[in-house]
Amino acid sequence: MGLYRARGVVVRTYRLGEADRIVHLVTDARGKVRAVAKGVRRTKSRFGARLEPGSHVSLLCWEGRELDVVNQAEVLDSFRGLREDLERMRAAAVMLEAADLLSQERHEDPDAYRMLVGALRTLEAGGSALVAPAFLWKLLAADGVAPALETCASCGSTGPLVAFDPVDAGVRCRACRRGIPVSAEALALLRAFGSGGLGAALAGEAQPAWGEVERLATQAMEAHLERRLRSVHVLDG
Amino acid sequence: MAVYTPAVQRLIDELGKLPGIGPKSAQRIAFYLLRAERVDVLRLADAIRSAKEHVSFCQRCWNVAEGPECEICADPRREAGTICVVEEPRDVVAVERTGSFHGRYHVLQGAISPIAGIGPAQLKVKELLERLQPEAVEEVILCTNPNYEGEATAMYLARQLHERGVRVTRIASGLPVGGDLEYADELTLGRALEGRRPVEG
Ligand SMILES: [Zn+2]
Ligand SMILES: [Zn+2]
Repeated sequence: MGLYRARGVVVRTYRLGEADRIVHLVTDARGKVRAVAKGVRRTKSRFGARLEPGSHVSLLCWEGRELDVVNQAEVLDSFRGLREDLERMRAAAVMLEAADLLSQERHEDPDAYRMLVGALRTLEAGGSALVAPAFLWKLLAADGVAPALETCASCGSTGPLVAFDPVDAGVRCRACRRGIPVSAEALALLRAFGSGGLGAALAGEAQPAWGEVERLATQAMEAHLERRLRSVHVLDG
Repeated sequence: MAVYTPAVQRLIDELGKLPGIGPKSAQRIAFYLLRAERVDVLRLADAIRSAKEHVSFCQRCWNVAEGPECEICADPRREAGTICVVEEPRDVVAVERTGSFHGRYHVLQGAISPIAGIGPAQLKVKELLERLQPEAVEEVILCTNPNYEGEATAMYLARQLHERGVRVTRIASGLPVGGDLEYADELTLGRALEGRRPVEG
């Protein structure tokens, strides 16, 4: 119990009572933090927009038994560009939702925090529709559950690999195919996510395979979480 | 922990379901009601019952109404052609208090929240779009909250409305009057700077 400092990204907020909010943050030093921000919804709150989804903040918190209490919050990045464009807001929401669901309280995970901040910066700097799927894929890899992409999950053959099965988290050859069809271009992009070749893929022109990669990464993440990612579909209408 | 009689426990449970009321407050309110004058408590019960029986939502704008249309929609002095979109009925009250708006409203009954899974389909968005033609709407003022959810909602609606050829405006977001500059967060202060106006001197 006591006062502590941490850096974190607000990944989820809930209304609490008249004017308070519960915020979930993915932090450098403490994994997921759940804390109450008192009075944050009042127009004159000293927190203002600092504790809204997507904000990267430096925090001073009181540790509590169930929920911590935010004492101070200073903005490191407000990621304003992610709040003023619908497509980017959606991509950011997908990343925040997955980070919230995968991170654990009182479980230090500085890599997850760094990956999230990095992905949000890339997205704000004009990053493409590949940023969110790449982030989901890297989260799975960090958890050790990224689908294997080099050989058929059923017979071990090296190819050609034509299908992706989110349930047993792997690709399959023509003879063993099950799940979703996958193109060679999409497979190459997914491999690039794991090998640091992402920069080149992100800089490229939009391709039909991008939509495919987004669906595959979403399905792999949903299979791992055993639930849907709500922010993927909510704006469809 | 003390065990209450079933009637008291039921009252505490029901009060505890209200927004912003935790178990402690529910207990406090329950015992306040039990101590209060019978006639006062029955008047409260009657107010709740009568509000629930007589008040519903306006068929046009989804504000609260005692009849098919709310008082604002039924008022012929209100200007047609301009709609102010808000999240909740209480926001209608807030805008009305300014006395600065003379058109009609549309209450979405919430805001888009991608992470919470609340999208346009859960709100009165379709109902807003269906009003545009019959009411010859020329301008829609987006008066959703200046927060993450309110902005997501405004961006989504702006796109839908532009496609339909309607002029879309958004309320300015800036510093709260009466507050101290040093407490303003960077996002708010940045927007207030962009929205600056010339000062007559
Ligand atoms: Zn095979
Ligand atoms: Zn009405």
